[in-house]
Amino acid sequence: MTTGTKDDTNSDSLLSREHSFASVTDKIASIVLARRLKRGWIVGLLISFALTMLLFLSVAWLFAKGVGIWGIAIPVAWGFAIVNFVWWVGIGHAGTLISAILLLLKQEWRTSINRFAEAMTLFAVACAALFPLLHLGRPQFFYWMAPYPSTMGVWPQFRSPLIWDFFAVGTYATASLLFWYVGLIPDLATLRDRSKRRFPQVAYGILAMGWRGSARHWRRYQDAYLLLAALATPLVVSVHSVVSFDFATGIVPGWHSTVFPPYFVAGAIYSGFAMVLTIAIPLRAAYGLRDFITDRHLDNMAKVMLASGLIVAYGYLTETFTAWYSGHESEWFSVVNRATGPYAFLFWLLIACNIVIPQLLWFANVRRNVYALFALSLVINLGMWLERFIIVVVSLHKDFLPSSWDIYVPTFWDWSTFIGTIGLFTALMFLFIRLLPVISIFEMREMVEESHGESS
Amino acid sequence: MNAFWGKSSADPRLPIIGQAVASGARSESASSRPSVREWVHDEGMLRSLGPEFAEYADLPPDEPTRRHFLQIMGASMALATASGCVNQPQETIVPYVRPPEQLVPGKPLYYATAMTLAGGSLGLLVETHMGRPTKVEGNPLHPAVPEAMPAASRVAPADVLRFGATDAFAQAVMLSLYDPDRSQTILRNGQIDTWETLYSELRTALERLAPGGGQGLRLLTEPVLSPTLAGQIQQLLTQFPNARWHQYEPIHDDNVLAGARLAFGDDVGINYLNAPQVVLSLDADCFGDGPSRLQLARKIRGQVPKASGAALPRLYVVESSSTITGTVADHRLPVSPRGVVAFALAVAREVGLGVSGGEDYVGAEKKIPQNWVDTVVQDLTSSRGRSVVIAGRGQPPVVHAVAHWLNFSLGNVGQTVEYRAPILVRSESVVASIGELARAIHAKEVEALVILGGNPAYNAPVDTKFADALATVPFALHLSQYVDETSARCKWHISEAHLFESWSDTRAVDGTASIVQPLIAPLYEGKTAHELLAALSGSPASSSHDLVRGYWQQRLSATDGSRDFERLWKTALHDGVMAGTQSDVRTPALTADFNDVIAAQVAPVFAATVSKLPQISFRPDSSVWDGRFANSGWLQELPRPLTKLTWDNAVLISPRTADEHRIRTGDVIAVSAGDQSVELPAFVVPGHPDQTLTLHLGYGRQRAGRVGNGVGADVYPLRRGSASWFADVTEIRNTGRTAELATTQHHHHMAGRELVRAGTLAEFREAPDHPAFMAAHGHAEPHSSMYPERAYDGYKWGMVVNQSACIGCNACVVACQSENNIPVVGKDQVWRGREMHWLRIDSYYHDREDEPANPTVYHQPVMCVHCELAPCEPVCPVAATTHSDEGLNEMTYNRCIGTRYCSNNCPYKVRRFNFFDYNGELREDKTMQLRPNPDVTIRSRGVMEKCTYCVQRINAARIAADIEGRQIRDGEILTACQAACPTQALTFGNLNDEQSEVRQLSESSLNYALLGELNTRPRTTYLAVVRNPHGAME
Repeated sequence: MTTGTKDDTNSDSLLSREHSFASVTDKIASIVLARRLKRGWIVGLLISFALTMLLFLSVAWLFAKGVGIWGIAIPVAWGFAIVNFVWWVGIGHAGTLISAILLLLKQEWRTSINRFAEAMTLFAVACAALFPLLHLGRPQFFYWMAPYPSTMGVWPQFRSPLIWDFFAVGTYATASLLFWYVGLIPDLATLRDRSKRRFPQVAYGILAMGWRGSARHWRRYQDAYLLLAALATPLVVSVHSVVSFDFATGIVPGWHSTVFPPYFVAGAIYSGFAMVLTIAIPLRAAYGLRDFITDRHLDNMAKVMLASGLIVAYGYLTETFTAWYSGHESEWFSVVNRATGPYAFLFWLLIACNIVIPQLLWFANVRRNVYALFALSLVINLGMWLERFIIVVVSLHKDFLPSSWDIYVPTFWDWSTFIGTIGLFTALMFLFIRLLPVISIFEMREMVEESHGESS
Repeated sequence: MNAFWGKSSADPRLPIIGQAVASGARSESASSRPSVREWVHDEGMLRSLGPEFAEYADLPPDEPTRRHFLQIMGASMALATASGCVNQPQETIVPYVRPPEQLVPGKPLYYATAMTLAGGSLGLLVETHMGRPTKVEGNPLHPAVPEAMPAASRVAPADVLRFGATDAFAQAVMLSLYDPDRSQTILRNGQIDTWETLYSELRTALERLAPGGGQGLRLLTEPVLSPTLAGQIQQLLTQFPNARWHQYEPIHDDNVLAGARLAFGDDVGINYLNAPQVVLSLDADCFGDGPSRLQLARKIRGQVPKASGAALPRLYVVESSSTITGTVADHRLPVSPRGVVAFALAVAREVGLGVSGGEDYVGAEKKIPQNWVDTVVQDLTSSRGRSVVIAGRGQPPVVHAVAHWLNFSLGNVGQTVEYRAPILVRSESVVASIGELARAIHAKEVEALVILGGNPAYNAPVDTKFADALATVPFALHLSQYVDETSARCKWHISEAHLFESWSDTRAVDGTASIVQPLIAPLYEGKTAHELLAALSGSPASSSHDLVRGYWQQRLSATDGSRDFERLWKTALHDGVMAGTQSDVRTPALTADFNDVIAAQVAPVFAATVSKLPQISFRPDSSVWDGRFANSGWLQELPRPLTKLTWDNAVLISPRTADEHRIRTGDVIAVSAGDQSVELPAFVVPGHPDQTLTLHLGYGRQRAGRVGNGVGADVYPLRRGSASWFADVTEIRNTGRTAELATTQHHHHMAGRELVRAGTLAEFREAPDHPAFMAAHGHAEPHSSMYPERAYDGYKWGMVVNQSACIGCNACVVACQSENNIPVVGKDQVWRGREMHWLRIDSYYHDREDEPANPTVYHQPVMCVHCELAPCEPVCPVAATTHSDEGLNEMTYNRCIGTRYCSNNCPYKVRRFNFFDYNGELREDKTMQLRPNPDVTIRSRGVMEKCTYCVQRINAARIAADIEGRQIRDGEILTACQAACPTQALTFGNLNDEQSEVRQLSESSLNYALLGELNTRPRTTYLAVVRNPHGAME
């Protein structure tokens, strides 16, 4: 990857050439170390915090009354909880993809976005992990999913995709957390060194685990980071493949399809990158990070979205084709029902959001227009949520026996739990922005080194 | 409260067959069982038995803890003041020092009793656990109850307890026993009072009336079938010769009675004998209504279609509504109420009756095709002596008379139908009777009115203004199980003992008497009608046991003094029927001037101008009957046949009539008849006759209890004495409002899927081994697997559903609910799709090209089909649903964490989830705690549940078989649904046993697996629907 020629404008390079080691460090660390809180940050955190309280209230009410407070019933026994779970896990995909795969592929443009993408991954996975717990009829027994030495002598049932899910998401969350933390260590040391007050010095000091920046440290660090990247890479594919097994191994028409794993992974990358954009665009505007998260970055991410979106579109096509080719009336009916049934509006909205509108990304000036990109990222986020809704709810509501067909209507508590997790997610993001460097300082310094080296 | 059985010193009941199976006591003849005698005479045992449940006897329902129950049921607190005043005594628990011989903890005992409904009795066997009744079965020794055990697999009667069929009402009696809303005390002007006060006030009142010979004293009962009660009433009337006795119930037989008088000039009881080959129903819901409903269902629809042998009986139904009988007809003709009369006359004319009338209705492009009349006549006349014509209770007397005439002319009398002396003590028009009572009250002629049961203030004809009149009676007394609309208007309310707390007697349709014996001491201070009447006659302390026993002792010694009464009595208690008490067979002759009589009756029917507006057809409700079962959660939540509506009544209306009036399902419409109007939601029912509105009685109760209050709309205000069954609508108006109807099935078309396979008997006989209609389209290739086949070496349980036999009567649904402790969830939860029934009956309409307005209906009972390759099992993360080595798909409730994945992956959608704590009230209400079957776990919030094939019954049979060192015999296990089914549509058993009934049926060429193409290999399979239409009608 080159950083272009001398004639390149700033917007086409990955890092402005004016930056030196010191300016990079100053710029990024100051967000954390500044004394004053930005007003926008306070308002944002307050709103997020209020929504987080709504989540806690919803959860308290849920535990008091039972899952009956939601709109689920028979036949639609999975509703918003599972839709939101899959959606959040999907969003949580971008982090690892950017951190691990792009690292291994030596895509250097990942450097300025990987840190907050990883944080976003963690927070999204945290939100996602709430739902399988909350949706249990008896959440107090969630640990029965874990293979622990029970006095009853019972083990989980390893044939169930939910158990695979339990392990896949658990592994993914652990690996992502490790990866993120290991990546943070040199920066934590920087913050420790630059803090002027006692408390941050101690706090960052403890978290930095004695990092002194010696050559040996760096050597070990690079090895560990690469190894972790290698370990995390299969997870990118495995998590959402396994999540898709929840559906693909079921016999419900609209679920029972072998195309699900790749198409879920593509969908996850699609929504993950959309969420990265949703966060990156306001972030770089608010904190003046245009030098680090350049238009070039946005352009690259838009291209990834376009590619993964096309894979998703191909998935829809394949699904439709196999339903028709199966010759099974229930399978074909589920396709027809999506397009013409009571939820047809949502289906066509999904097609618009996920397939039609994102075709604008073919145009370079759309990819370079932050407003358009931001709007598109929201559209894709909505589309991917709708996709999960249609897979979960619309498949279930009309399956094999017409006598059981029914309609699903979410209740207030469905919405409040969903919106509450969005609140939790944004609250965690706001805290992260203020407490940790949103962009990897040391990796950006490497970029300075490289860009200066190349041009001289 | 003295010990176990109230006032009697020893338990005088006889168990049927309990755990003594192994003891050898059963080999004795029924009338002399030593173990039973010891049981009866061992007073010490009874005393030790006493405290076990006496503690519940005077327990008030705990007021604050019922709040939860209220939330679910969403009802009023109207009755809350009526209870809660009895101190709970401190009691010491004493274990059995000498355990009673027959009482083995954990083993149920069965006692025979009988209930009275729809003009006859139904014999019941009630399962009791440690003195606590929990489940109702039918008593097959009773003439109105068909045997439940499959005929082919019937084991020797001595080997197992034999059950008979029941209906939903009989099953639901169980719940009402433990209804905490039942009246618990005597009330005087709404205040709690005592029996002694009542008695002294009653004596004063009667002494004042005595000089006038009881002038001013009136007694109002429901039509009396109890010989003892009749004897007591006679005695009272002897004592007070000027007193008057009235009878009333809203679902009455006035027209049946009048029809018999038209035809014979005499009162007769109608009893159906041999299974007919051709049946013509003239607006008779003969499977859902009438004293012979279960037996008729068995005789007409209880066959397994066979390629050889006798053909299936052919059922023609001409009806002015949509009933379950119509849904299982071979030919159904929906017509207006007048059309039924026209049809009856048209058929009779062709058979030879010289009466004209209604010709306008018959012919091409008319409501009644000529082809129909011709075919019915041809079929009836070619099956002389093997056919039967049945008229519905709502039809005018002339139709009944014509039906009698047809049965005579076709030589059916003595073959398929017989006449007996009426079983009612006094046959009279109840509408006239209550009309006269109301007139007398309005004329201030009534000083004292004693009402035994019934609820006339709610359900008397609107033109009697009975409710208003009742409030003006100086001394009115109502004996009732609930403080209902009538009690509220009476000075005195006396809580009536429940059927299962009472001694009484009743009679079946052929006159056979049954003794009603109690299953438990009264939970509250309930009195029986016998005790109240005895008090009226001056002996307030008589027990109903002594009264009933005394009556029969006197009657039997009068007729046959030589016989040992004790022995007869005990046999009657044991068997549930009193042998030799059938009423006399009569051979009435048609009146000489029959034609003239009929002609005179016909003229006014067709003289009236036909209005452009629809006619109302009033019907008893399949769940609440006339309103008496309104407080039963089981029945309220039972999906009504066809509409699958719960917790509501609606105007049933045909699609065409609905279009004409711009009405859609759910629209609240105002229906007016005369000066009265009611508003209730409409429900469009395909196949419903045009220009007719079906209104179900029994809803809109104000004082039914917390469950039934305000459920649905009361349509009695439209019902006048002169128009009990059909009324002209004067206005029909869409109010523009809509109601939320809680239905359990929203889609009634099969969406082109082969869910119900159906054909005709002719097609079946054409290719008995491979009927054309059995050929599956789509996936028929065998499925292969990498895994070895699982072997089932021992028992291999399975079930076959004979869909030809299912009449959609719901008996199985309530039986399952009762047996398996299935909670009631309330209207809101049903509306959300969270009903808990393990067994449901899906109804599908199959449009017919020739008659789009009259689609064929199929009933398909669906419960867990116990797939051998069950999709639910591999997806459960905690192995809460697993496979047994006998092929049962088992739910381990306390392992379930509630992911609901199993339900999603169940193609049959038979799993039910506890979205809330549906059994909360059980924990909090002491009375309700007595109800559940102790053999079945109560499920907690957040767990999945479903049909288990009644695994508790399997295991009980297994234990019995293991003790005797043998295999479980075929027919020894009857699942709850199977036992209840009047038509034996469900057969359960061991598929590995080549002789078993279920194996035979599973090998039938009509057998298929529902959704078999999914390779789930269900253990429950279905027999295709086979109907026997007449060739000329195709």
